[in-house]
Amino acid sequence: MIGLIGKKIGMTQIFDASGKVMPVTVIQVGPCRVVCKRTIETNGYEAVQLGYEEVPEKRISKPEQGHLKKCGSPLYRHLKEFRPSFGQDITQYNVGDELNAGLFGENETVTVSSKSKGRGFTGVMKRHGFAGFEQSHGVHESFRGPGSIGQCAQPSRVFKGVKMAGQHGNKKVTTRHLKVAKVDVERGLVMIIGAVPGARNGLVTIHKES
Amino acid sequence: MDILQTIGRDQIRTDFPDYRVGDTVKVHYKIKEGSKERIQVFQGIVIQKRGAGISKSFTVRKVSNGIGVERIFPQHSPNIDRLEIVRHGQVRRAKLFYLRSAKGKAGRIKERRRFTA
Repeated sequence: MIGLIGKKIGMTQIFDASGKVMPVTVIQVGPCRVVCKRTIETNGYEAVQLGYEEVPEKRISKPEQGHLKKCGSPLYRHLKEFRPSFGQDITQYNVGDELNAGLFGENETVTVSSKSKGRGFTGVMKRHGFAGFEQSHGVHESFRGPGSIGQCAQPSRVFKGVKMAGQHGNKKVTTRHLKVAKVDVERGLVMIIGAVPGARNGLVTIHKES
Repeated sequence: MDILQTIGRDQIRTDFPDYRVGDTVKVHYKIKEGSKERIQVFQGIVIQKRGAGISKSFTVRKVSNGIGVERIFPQHSPNIDRLEIVRHGQVRRAKLFYLRSAKGKAGRIKERRRFTA
């Protein structure tokens, strides 16, 4: 459902009402503006397109400028579409509307997605949590290897999807059912209990769950 | 980083005495039992202070019936009613983990009489 685009600031702690320490991730969201709307008649699907972070004209490409100018909107660095979940109504959001952190309430559950930290080409131990081999007792040349990747004559091939070494991270990761601890509408800050994928200063999208 | 430091600034407590590592302190800690609230006192030596800002915490160690007990308190916790310094200690390091294995004379801490604070 509808959400906001923001930037991950980092993690810290706050005390909740009962005095317990709560780890929170601080995300600076919005203000996001509804740039345009996708409709079933013209686009075949429904969505709200939001823009985040205004930029000068020279910072974005001509085609992007064209799109934004056609919609009569300021220029934004980031555009994201938010599609309503089944049966939900998005008629309340009109082009030009500005959305801020007030979209979220305390104790609300949200879905957060962001690009995870890139770890480059990594082995199976780091990427898939394989156990590796013993460092001694006769093991040679293969301390962090994957072991066997299949059988012999039957099926005489490696199955698709076998976990191997490769690019790890720098991929969209979504965490669902995170709880909002606190919202600071004035400064556009949303505090979410627990960790959120991605590096600091990374682009984050927060979706409402209801 | 600037924004992070402002988070929870309103929860930071300034009513603490200037306690140091090596001091013997009494921590008056609020405990909620159902709807009732009572205060429990934990007395011991501060063996470490760590963290900064709202995340600051300190560890208090005491020997109870011959068994070492350590408790970590978040310094800015609203559940700490108050902190009382019983005795100032004169120590030469910031973390007193050696007290865990120190026996007899080695486990004592000299009293700090010369105030440099």
